[in-house]
Amino acid sequence: MCRLAAITSRKYFSPLENILALETMKEGHDGSGLGLTLKDLGGEFEDLKGYPILSGICSKEGARTLDAFMDKAGFKLKHVWAPKIKLLKGITPRDHYFARVYDYPKSYKNKTIKEKEDLLMNMRLALRKIGEPDESIFVFSFYPDVITLKEVGDPLQLAEFFNLDKANLKAKIIFAQGRQNTNYTIYLYTCHPFFIQGYCSMTNGENTAFVPIREFLMSRKFPGYIGYNSDSEVFTHILHYTARQLGLPLTYYKDVITPLKESEIKFRGDREALRFLRQSLRPLCIDGPNVVIGFTPDGRCFMVHDSKKLRPGVVGGIKGKFALMSEECGLDRAISERDRSKDIFPMKYDMVIVQPQAEEVEVWNQLQN
Amino acid sequence: MESATKLDYNHQLSLKELPYIIRWRGDRCTSCGRCTAVCPVKAIEPAVKVHRIVQSEGFIPTPSAVRKIVHVIEQVADLDRYCTGCGTCTLVCPNDAIEPEYNPHNKFLYFKNRGGEGYKRGGRRNDPSISTLDRLKFTRISMLTDPALDAGRHEFRVRTLLGRILPPEELPLKRVNGKLMVDKESSKFIPPVREIFPIIIGSMSLGALSPSMWEGLAMGVAYLNEVEGLPVVMCTGEGGVPPRLLKSKYLKYFIVQIASGYFGWDEIIHAIPDMVEDPAGIEIKYGQGAKPGDGGLLMAQKVLKLIAGIRGVPQFVDLASPPTHQTKYSIEEAVAKMIQSMSMAWGFRVPVYPKISGTKTARAVLNNLARNPYAAALSIDGEDGGTGAAYNVSMDKMGHPIASNLRECYLDLVRQGKQNELPLIAAGGVAKKGNLAANAAALIMLGASAVSVGKYIMQATANCFGDEYNRCNLCNTGKCPRGITTQDPKLYRRLDSDKVAERLVEVFKAANVEMRKIFAPMGRSTELPIGMSDGLSIDDKAMAERLDISYAC
Repeated sequence: MCRLAAITSRKYFSPLENILALETMKEGHDGSGLGLTLKDLGGEFEDLKGYPILSGICSKEGARTLDAFMDKAGFKLKHVWAPKIKLLKGITPRDHYFARVYDYPKSYKNKTIKEKEDLLMNMRLALRKIGEPDESIFVFSFYPDVITLKEVGDPLQLAEFFNLDKANLKAKIIFAQGRQNTNYTIYLYTCHPFFIQGYCSMTNGENTAFVPIREFLMSRKFPGYIGYNSDSEVFTHILHYTARQLGLPLTYYKDVITPLKESEIKFRGDREALRFLRQSLRPLCIDGPNVVIGFTPDGRCFMVHDSKKLRPGVVGGIKGKFALMSEECGLDRAISERDRSKDIFPMKYDMVIVQPQAEEVEVWNQLQN
Repeated sequence: MESATKLDYNHQLSLKELPYIIRWRGDRCTSCGRCTAVCPVKAIEPAVKVHRIVQSEGFIPTPSAVRKIVHVIEQVADLDRYCTGCGTCTLVCPNDAIEPEYNPHNKFLYFKNRGGEGYKRGGRRNDPSISTLDRLKFTRISMLTDPALDAGRHEFRVRTLLGRILPPEELPLKRVNGKLMVDKESSKFIPPVREIFPIIIGSMSLGALSPSMWEGLAMGVAYLNEVEGLPVVMCTGEGGVPPRLLKSKYLKYFIVQIASGYFGWDEIIHAIPDMVEDPAGIEIKYGQGAKPGDGGLLMAQKVLKLIAGIRGVPQFVDLASPPTHQTKYSIEEAVAKMIQSMSMAWGFRVPVYPKISGTKTARAVLNNLARNPYAAALSIDGEDGGTGAAYNVSMDKMGHPIASNLRECYLDLVRQGKQNELPLIAAGGVAKKGNLAANAAALIMLGASAVSVGKYIMQATANCFGDEYNRCNLCNTGKCPRGITTQDPKLYRRLDSDKVAERLVEVFKAANVEMRKIFAPMGRSTELPIGMSDGLSIDDKAMAERLDISYAC
């Protein structure tokens, strides 16, 4: 089972907090990888919030290809961040780990956000396509104010490998995922969190409905719905599809992946709309076992479960800092000063939403009218 | 050199040419006459013979030959009265003295075309081999990394949708205070959709079926819906609907079929103003699995007063449904206009969909329907389907297996992103070997939204004798010994409607449990796993490739 550690805070904090929480939750061998996604960045990125950041890994040759490709597309490099690698036994270092801040091409200066988002995504997909066959380039996100870092290895060792305790890398929302040892193919693109156009999620568990969901998403003809090296990637894309493409309010994400039955729907004020959604989005229904933790472009973080709650999950914290964890010991490690009696263990109908800047946490229940 | 008397038999068939040979035991027979009385084809008859018997009486063996006159039951070697192997004689014999035995060396098809007439029969395809559906295995079992669900404890929704489903982008919804509401001012056409149990009782008409059989099924369907809460629907077949049912609240459990003969439709159309419920759907039959591309025929001997009344025709005339709808000349006419006409008759409140035979051209039909916003589904009836009367050659050799036909249609819809918009109903050979739930689940995972089943229902609910060795298969003659497909009161009185209804309820309740038993270990419960092809494997590489599933051995 993957371990998930998400923290959202009013103040900037280090990803080390997430990794220590992962370490607390660790049980048994875990060398299959770490994924980190940081949003609302501090440190050296604080003054670059409007500029897209390309996060990824490349070889020396891949770096040349990447530079040439970005130049040709009209993106101007503004800033580069790279972790200072500390060589450790058991982790094979790659040539370049990077977060490169770019300025948009001139022709895009006055375009709408949606148009810019599409451009960024298409650039990321093009780079992925170029670099995937020979693994010379991996790109995980290309979006303003977001950095993604991934590598195979034990999360705590990777934190040392990336020198995260000394790096000036801080953010207000950080998601971290550590994968357990059931993954038989260790490949960087299978590593959570997954990110697309401002939407991000990480999941644990299997997704038994993966194939019909993947087919449905891929047949939407949206270029970003590709990959699916992990069955969890569909959770991110469902979030993106329902919220961005269909314009549904966030709570409907829960209604889409775990639809109510008719006897429950009839008590909802929006029952007519729900009935339509249940029919039209029937292939996106999941059966778990899953806990999904995600964030949206506006900075809200959430946690939901499958309809039978076959995975644990807990949310807790203090005003200004909340953590969403797959296990309670991780929450203890991340925010020990909280009132534990106020911890939230979302049940099968619940969606826990932490507002931007960790202002407050609310539990939305599917059955409430 | 043979005697002249013997040579006179030269053009007669021997019993060895026939598909079934009667095994009669004189030592057990009491000459009660029940077997000869009940035989639907008069294949056996009493006869008197002189037997030479060697016997010995007394304490010391002193064998002597005597001639005795004995009464025997004899099988005739007449092709018009050949033993069909139905076994009704065995059923009625009080002393187990008689039974038909299948003759694997028979040359029946060499001769069953006397008078220049091709062999016609009812029943099935006569292919006893293991079908593709029965070779499919469910191999994705949730183990440790994802707990299997509990078929007894967790909540399962073994339900499907019948009707055109709008793509999410086209839903007439608007946001009001952070909630979604239906935009009542939108002029968007919202197609009717029914939530039903994913196994549909296939189209078998009243006429093809006896009143006892049809009534039993109808009662069972009503009970399943009203008492058991299982929304099972049944297709009427082309033969009209009893007037009382048309005006009853139970009509909502029936899919009313219209086919090229339009039998009963004058009565149905005229009953619309008096209907208190809409039917579950309208099925337009363009083809069927039993006789792809061929028309239907209800033979004159089955057109009795009741049937004639319901169908709106005179008694005792052959009722032929032509191979195609005669008033139509193109797919646009045949499908689009007819779907719209039927939809309009019920104010666009009833799903209307066509049924075709399994065919290589199914994808062309599918694509026409995919672009027709009023098409509610596509039903494809594969080669193993059929209960009706047909030429043997049609039944045995015409048509397309359902598995790959359905799969290619589903994947075509996936390519277009319409896999959730146009439900596919798969039929033809479902539960051919009795595995109703497994076959249905396999087809669903290949992409079917629902399956349709006929033959299995007849066998499971009314003990139909038929099998894949041409046993019985008298459905077309009106002489069904079980009383299932006959209009002869003497025969259909043998069938108890209540028992048919009871068995139907048992069949569906068991299928519901068994489908959970399949879906639960695969970790699916909330929605039907339509297209969950990663759950399936087959032990043949070519089949795996054709069906785009994994190979397992």
